[in-house]
Amino acid sequence: MPWFWEGLKTGVRTLRPGAVRLPSGVTPGRPTTTAVTARDRFDANICPVGALAGRDAGVAVDFDHCIHCMRCQPPKAPVHWQNDYRWAQAAAPPLPHRFQRSIHVRIVDAGDCGGCLSELRQLLGPVYSLHRYGIYVSPTPRDADVLLVVGPVTVGMRVALEETYAAMPDPKRVVAVGVCALNGGLFADSFAVMGGASRVVPVDVTVPGCPPPPLAILHALELVTGLSRETREVAES
Amino acid sequence: MNRTDAPRVGAPDAPAGREPLQMVSTSQATLPDTVRRLMAENHPLFIGLVVEHPTGSPPPHLQYVWMGPEARWLLVDVAMDGAVVPSITPTVFAADWAEREAEDLFGVNFAGHPQLGDFILHDEDWAERLAPMRMRPEPPAHGGGRDPYEPPRIVQAPGRFVMPVGPVFSGAQESVRFLLETVGEEIMHAHVRLFYKYRGLEKLMERQTPNRAVLVAERVNGMQAFAHGLAFAQAVEAVAAAVVPPRARALRTVLAEWERLRSHVGTLAGIVESTGLSVPANLLAAVEERLLQQSARYLGHRYLFGLVALGGLSRDPGDDALHALAEAGVEAVAAVQAVCHRLTFDNSFLDRLEAVGILPPPRAATLGLVGPVGRASGAPADVRCWHPYAAYDQHPVTPVIESEGDGYARFRVFRREVAASVDLIQRCAASLPAGPVQTPVPVVPGVGLAAVEAPSGALAYWVRIGSAGTVDRCHIMTPAFLNWHGLADAVRDFAFQDFPIIVSTLGLSVADADR
Repeated sequence: MPWFWEGLKTGVRTLRPGAVRLPSGVTPGRPTTTAVTARDRFDANICPVGALAGRDAGVAVDFDHCIHCMRCQPPKAPVHWQNDYRWAQAAAPPLPHRFQRSIHVRIVDAGDCGGCLSELRQLLGPVYSLHRYGIYVSPTPRDADVLLVVGPVTVGMRVALEETYAAMPDPKRVVAVGVCALNGGLFADSFAVMGGASRVVPVDVTVPGCPPPPLAILHALELVTGLSRETREVAES
Repeated sequence: MNRTDAPRVGAPDAPAGREPLQMVSTSQATLPDTVRRLMAENHPLFIGLVVEHPTGSPPPHLQYVWMGPEARWLLVDVAMDGAVVPSITPTVFAADWAEREAEDLFGVNFAGHPQLGDFILHDEDWAERLAPMRMRPEPPAHGGGRDPYEPPRIVQAPGRFVMPVGPVFSGAQESVRFLLETVGEEIMHAHVRLFYKYRGLEKLMERQTPNRAVLVAERVNGMQAFAHGLAFAQAVEAVAAAVVPPRARALRTVLAEWERLRSHVGTLAGIVESTGLSVPANLLAAVEERLLQQSARYLGHRYLFGLVALGGLSRDPGDDALHALAEAGVEAVAAVQAVCHRLTFDNSFLDRLEAVGILPPPRAATLGLVGPVGRASGAPADVRCWHPYAAYDQHPVTPVIESEGDGYARFRVFRREVAASVDLIQRCAASLPAGPVQTPVPVVPGVGLAAVEAPSGALAYWVRIGSAGTVDRCHIMTPAFLNWHGLADAVRDFAFQDFPIIVSTLGLSVADADR
């Protein structure tokens, strides 16, 4: 009982949906395609993963490979960094309409370093409170509508991932969370890594980032349900 | 080359005097006796086993690494002169998993080891005797595994059965499999089956430039990225004898403590969550998220990726940001202490932690536990005191030590270290030297060995830079690898319902071990 009063006294810690201004730090930001005038100052090789490419009019960024190493952050490179978080992309239509109000997700750690999983824990925590959107983490794949895969798929986790996917009922969607789950990321060349969830299960929605912040993962889940919320928030710079 | 080079250790500007590295070369036959004699003389902390296999120059060398107080390292170097090496595990039980790893990844045969076989490369995925780390240049493909894994049967009792848990869990948890042997309510033996997430990072780093490999090091364990990056950078800096500027050393101290603060708050939140008290768990989780936001706001990344650079830091956050960090730390620690203070009067919390998951000091010493888990069992090891790096020589740390070794002792250590970290951040931020934050590090061939106190304990990197200026060999000796070894002891004879609580009080990361 004392904890109950303590909780009431603390009040609401959750970010308000639709809040126009969000606290800075909810996203690490990422480089964006930038027009540069002084192109001679720019060296695409500063990017250790080859996500930057010089184009005629500026710098193009391959988000699927960017790992936020910040080596291209100004003043090191004339690349504009943007504090947004709507990073997810869908390759499949949303789930049928009846899933809009409530979905159950299953999380599989397929070799994550801990970063993406921690962001998922934050998403479930008090500040982002995923449950208020009717999104629940399912204790069993039999009840799950969405599979969240984090980490490059290691050889050891391949079977567990395949079996989890097979155990889920149709219709279902797979979300690859983080650069590693997209294509293996920095670990892609390892002999013990399959390299991206799509090598093992069909991926429908991708959210890049290393790690993607909680709101970016939430954006991916919005694409799965097809129910877009007030999402015009821009993080303070 | 007959014997491998001795690694360079420590900071080059450390006061001259006693040799920091004691290297004892021995033959295979005399290894157990040598180790027994050395262990009788002093009781250093076992850190790891490095198998050095210089390209094209057999025989391989086994190098057992210990760490002692007063910046001392002990290295026992064995040139393999026969097919079977006598195991030192009967003398140094902490070397158990290190030898299993060397057997699995390098194909070293040990005699007298209690349990070899299926360990890192799971039998169902990989053929026997692959020894991928030994293969140059290309490691093998997977496949050729055999029937499903059968764990060794330890408990011989009527009605004995195995309760399997994992590797996929119901929440946002890391992948690991627990096989709990029982006849009913109490866990009689726990097999921890790690390495589902084995990513072959040591092999991956080979032939990468140090400047690129540091990014991989950060992602060995994303929750302790700064500690991993720092340990790797220090090892490379030791090879080149590079002197890191004073400002970078002070900032590295601040950032390392900031990461410890965030990591410990997360661990405390996990402990409280496991006891089922959702209000305090959420209060602590809110503090953790706030610390993550402040990391991104003042330092650019929520998990401090990309901040460590060879020779210092990749950029200077500026004095204002560091003072703001110190203030944010004070605020966070006040919130954490308020919750923890209330918890110490909560019977429902204390009943679940007190006298649960006990690792008595002698057992913890045998297991070679490190970090907060070791310190809760009376082991004084703290790399910040033993081998001061960054600016810890100017800002000394008093290790936080408890002696009970139960879940509550570990909770108290985490709690007290949160306060100690913020105290240190404040002291450092109050006297930041001016100047550059990075110095160029020449890439020279050689071997470097460096350790840091990661939030979860002693973390050491062994890095050999080859003549091409790339990493030839990197061995990552992580605290989780050492501490997971103690889980079976901590849970023995406790009920199933205590299991998640005991696991949470150990604050173990799977990624840290499954490198």
